[in-house]
Amino acid sequence: MVEGALVAGCRFFAGYPITPASEISEILSIKLPRLDGTFIQMEDEIASLGAVIGASLAGVKSMTATSGPGFSLMQENLGFAIMAEVPCVIVNVMRGGPSTGLPTFPSQSDVMQARWGTHGDHPAIALSASTVRECYEMTVKAFNLSEKFRTPVVLLMDEVVAHMREKMVLPDEDDVEVFNRVKPTVPPEWYMPYEDTPRGVPAMANFGEGYRYHVTGLTHDVRGFPTSRPDEIGPFIARLHRKISQHFSEIQMAEFFQTEDAEITIVAYGCVARSARRAMIEARERGIKVGLLKLVTIWPFARSAVEKVLQKSRILLVPEMNMGQISREVKRVNPGVAKVFTLNKVDGTIITPEEILNRITEVA
Amino acid sequence: MGEATKLIYKYLRHDKKFPHVWCPGCGIGILLGALIRAIDRTGFEKDEIVLVSGIGCSGRLPVYVDFNTLHTTHGRALTFATGVKLAKPSLKVIVIMGDGDAVAIGGNHFIHAARRNIDVTSIILNNSIYGMTGGQYSPTTPYGMRSSTTAYSNIEQAFKISELAVTAGAVFVGRGTVYQAKLLDGLIEKAILKPGFSVVEVIAHCHTQYGRQNRLGNAVEMMEWQRDHAVAVEKAAGMAPEALQDKIVIGVLVDKELPVYQEEYEMIRERAKATATR
Repeated sequence: MVEGALVAGCRFFAGYPITPASEISEILSIKLPRLDGTFIQMEDEIASLGAVIGASLAGVKSMTATSGPGFSLMQENLGFAIMAEVPCVIVNVMRGGPSTGLPTFPSQSDVMQARWGTHGDHPAIALSASTVRECYEMTVKAFNLSEKFRTPVVLLMDEVVAHMREKMVLPDEDDVEVFNRVKPTVPPEWYMPYEDTPRGVPAMANFGEGYRYHVTGLTHDVRGFPTSRPDEIGPFIARLHRKISQHFSEIQMAEFFQTEDAEITIVAYGCVARSARRAMIEARERGIKVGLLKLVTIWPFARSAVEKVLQKSRILLVPEMNMGQISREVKRVNPGVAKVFTLNKVDGTIITPEEILNRITEVA
Repeated sequence: MGEATKLIYKYLRHDKKFPHVWCPGCGIGILLGALIRAIDRTGFEKDEIVLVSGIGCSGRLPVYVDFNTLHTTHGRALTFATGVKLAKPSLKVIVIMGDGDAVAIGGNHFIHAARRNIDVTSIILNNSIYGMTGGQYSPTTPYGMRSSTTAYSNIEQAFKISELAVTAGAVFVGRGTVYQAKLLDGLIEKAILKPGFSVVEVIAHCHTQYGRQNRLGNAVEMMEWQRDHAVAVEKAAGMAPEALQDKIVIGVLVDKELPVYQEEYEMIRERAKATATR
């Protein structure tokens, strides 16, 4: 994850100690200064995301990492980054909640918080990872998406994946695709920092590069100045949503395992996707045609991927380590052609392949 | 063109929709004038200045001036400023906050920014009230005074912002009033030029809320109160604490040297690189 951040160009990290995300801070505190980057430990998570946004406005790719309680504190400035369209990456290594909850045990209970945690109508991008390799790849992807769409990107991890040790060969740095924010090319007096564009994403000037403009969390016009005019507010909020929704295909990532002939498809993400894959293999050995849809992008919800498996499967099983957050989305996009079953576990232990297999035999 | 006109022309945003949001007679305009004069005297280019604010009446100040301006969330201005400064140290970062902004919701960020000695200038407009939200009491509303949420009088003791800044480790702390505008120019100029965390507390009046609810008169009368109660720090040194009870001590309260965060971090980078190649 750290390597992914560094290869993506991250040179600023601000964070606050919290289990099980502290390792990211510790390693970056050693590696960033070697690369002329900056690591700072702030007084809390609110301050951490504030500093990250400030650094990004000054032109440096920035990130923070936390867990549930810290993610709650970050919601305020997460909304600011969405509103002011400031790219940054927030890693949330999920642990059991609510409140202080289960500091060193895995969970997937912040899925909805990543979507609706900050107030107001807003789009959200959240990715997940289920292998060490994906931690690397998705961190790069998170930075690329945040720069491309000028929006914060949340990387939802769980304690199992965050503390996992697996062998992987890092790709050659030159082979990693890195996207940098589009800067204005017009003269400063023509620059409209929040104008609409065909992609819905305006060019972003960094502080100190001659484009003096205003950044605010208030609803603003195309120049960035606060506005309360309905004819400016409506198009602005619509653009914030449209810049994500018109690029779903670039953002939504999912993997299909043996779904072509599957009568039952498991929809899973994070560490549960690993158990699900094992369960799928064992179920097939027993002659049950099971497939797996692994969600990599959590938000925006990969509706088209679910619709694809619904062409064949008549039973969907959604195992997750919460009381049913993604299963609600699966049910929402299911037009009634399939039965959706859940498997929820919130006791701080992972969902095992056996548990999924048992559930499959129950519902088959 | 007169000097004032030249400054207005140079620093105000002509394409911004005026009038401003402040009440007629508000002290923030005087602070804005002092800030512009001070910045002009320091000689920084407009591109080099980042003006950051939080939320409240003071939070609206940056939008009118032609710098890199950043209007953040309530109380968090210093955290954003920390990120901007560390990411691009060549920028001059100035933060405008109100009393509620700086020492209530942002109190923790304030003391930690001072403790770290980040090279940022904080200007705190202290009008003893939450003006924009309708005159509720703030951490600097004096004991016994009224506000929209202390109709039976305030029973909390007030924070002394400058003294808090001194204790938290700020290397430069100055206090002035909007009545003494010229003193303010000088304090802000010194604060901007000082490496490290500098603070200027600006005592201002909110006649619309604090003044009205406490029968303190109009803007002019409240400014005359500032004049009558301000005591220069040099003179205050020879006065008894009882005599200073209701006085505002103005001038430079602290001007000292401590290692600046960014310079220390440069050292960390050198050390990190040395261990990497070993």
